[in-house]
Amino acid sequence: MSVVDLAVQFGPLRLNNPLVAASGCFGYGLEYTETVDLSTLGGVAVKGLFLEEREGHPPERIVETPSGMLNAIGLQGIGVRRFIDDKLPALRAHGATVIVNICGSTVGEYAELARRLSDADGVAALELNISCPNIKEGGITFGCDLSGTHDVVAAVRRVTHLPIIPKLTPNVTDVAAFARAAEDGGADGVSLVNTFLAMAIDVETRRPRLSNVVGGLSGPAIRPIAVRMVHQCRQAVKIPIMGMGGIATSNDVVEFMVAGATAVQVGTANFVDPFIWPKLLSGLKSYLERHDHTSAGDIVGSINLSQPDVTWTSS
Amino acid sequence: MPLDIDAVVLSNDRLSPDYNIVSIAAPEIAAQSRPGQFVMVKCGLDSEPLLRRPFSVFEILRNDDGDVAGLSLLNKVVGAVTRTLFTLEPGNRMCCLGPLGKPFSVVPPSDEAWMVAGGVGLAPFLTLAEALQTHSTATTLFYGGRSSQDLYYLDRFEQLGVRLFLTTEDGSLGEPGFVTTPLTRELEATPATQPVTVYACGPTGMMRTVATLAQQHGRVSEVSLEPVMGCGLGGCYSCVVPVRSTDGSPHLVRSCLNGPVFSGDHVVWNELI
Repeated sequence: MSVVDLAVQFGPLRLNNPLVAASGCFGYGLEYTETVDLSTLGGVAVKGLFLEEREGHPPERIVETPSGMLNAIGLQGIGVRRFIDDKLPALRAHGATVIVNICGSTVGEYAELARRLSDADGVAALELNISCPNIKEGGITFGCDLSGTHDVVAAVRRVTHLPIIPKLTPNVTDVAAFARAAEDGGADGVSLVNTFLAMAIDVETRRPRLSNVVGGLSGPAIRPIAVRMVHQCRQAVKIPIMGMGGIATSNDVVEFMVAGATAVQVGTANFVDPFIWPKLLSGLKSYLERHDHTSAGDIVGSINLSQPDVTWTSS
Repeated sequence: MPLDIDAVVLSNDRLSPDYNIVSIAAPEIAAQSRPGQFVMVKCGLDSEPLLRRPFSVFEILRNDDGDVAGLSLLNKVVGAVTRTLFTLEPGNRMCCLGPLGKPFSVVPPSDEAWMVAGGVGLAPFLTLAEALQTHSTATTLFYGGRSSQDLYYLDRFEQLGVRLFLTTEDGSLGEPGFVTTPLTRELEATPATQPVTVYACGPTGMMRTVATLAQQHGRVSEVSLEPVMGCGLGGCYSCVVPVRSTDGSPHLVRSCLNGPVFSGDHVVWNELI
């Protein structure tokens, strides 16, 4: 029997396998230690952190939509100090590969977060949240502006040796241009896509169904758009891509990898099935075996864009 | 330790056009469940509808030998998922994840336990009544609904020796009006020397009134809140409710982890939507 190597090289970062728990969908990781062994995941992208604690938006914070959900949590969080003191040691003890998602209102805040997390023990990489659609200040301001994206990445680059992975928003016309800006700024990889800015209204009350009025759409509903964006970014940059958007099965994992993702993040599907991780891994392994691959890395960007042979003729 | 079981539906007892009780073979979850805990359920793992829904464990089911055989859910049709739960037939399957959340504290028999239920808010109280009965704790149920069609399982509670106060808004069963009317009367009639713990589950307005009444009469209360939940495990931060922090200011906490049972005094009711 062939042995399939599930490990992938994501820039400077070696991941056990391509499956990463998506930020905002996995708490600080420790909430899930009873349903998954964190050391068996490729990585854990923890909930977005600001320097300070944040309360987030009032309820309602989520609403279900066709094959998806909207959320506007508002980045409720414990702040970087409590994360380093209270969460990081336990994550380390569980053997998690910790990717810390950071968010600031200014370039200086991103740099300060990066500095403090670089000094902490147990951080594998930084994911720069420049794409949260649900907060007014910071974040997406950088993610929707090419020079903003470049500058925030460059500023973080100057203060850390940790791998930097800016998380890109799909709420732009040309996502590939933003991947290039991130690469030019010194990013080690990019992750995409964050959620799609969206809205739902209760027609009886005519009120928005989220307290924040608008929110971010995730889940299988967005998957084809996310796959397209990963494909476009793959054409545009050399740095690796962490793909995400509605992944719910191992076939979806493969689809993103074939489109050009070296690793993937899984978010909403973990809400539905917190025991999904070993199922995704074994499905990926079966796929690789069935297609005679010895390494998960073999299928990254392996999309076949040649014209299919014409096997019929008109009479 | 939460488990996810693709459980077989054992029975579906339709009580009315919109209330039913679904029994499922999930003994491993049932055996671990404590009163007030909940499960997240969904029929199949397809993407439509996408998310699971939270339900209190209504009954722990036992076979003739007394072994735990499964659990049941009290369901009221309000949306797509609850409509599916209403139409299930024996042999169908339902994914059931649990048990989850913090349970009620089961008071010692020196206290009286007063349970206050509004409509489908009856759901967590049968298991609580059973737990209280094992200690022979004097237990009362104040149970209100719109009409007699909203009040169920009265015999079961009577069999457990639970004293019942029933109210209906249309007066078709028990006392006309709201469940808080007999509650207020009993709170006023009970001497302060008799310890009483009040438990409440139902519409938010009802729970708020119950918690306020309990506090006014110097009684401890526990409420089981039912906010919209995304995951049930603390991952999504959608089910937050405002509670008083140590300095008295409101702070949003996840009801799936810190609840669904909260001390009535800790909830900041005027910030709860």
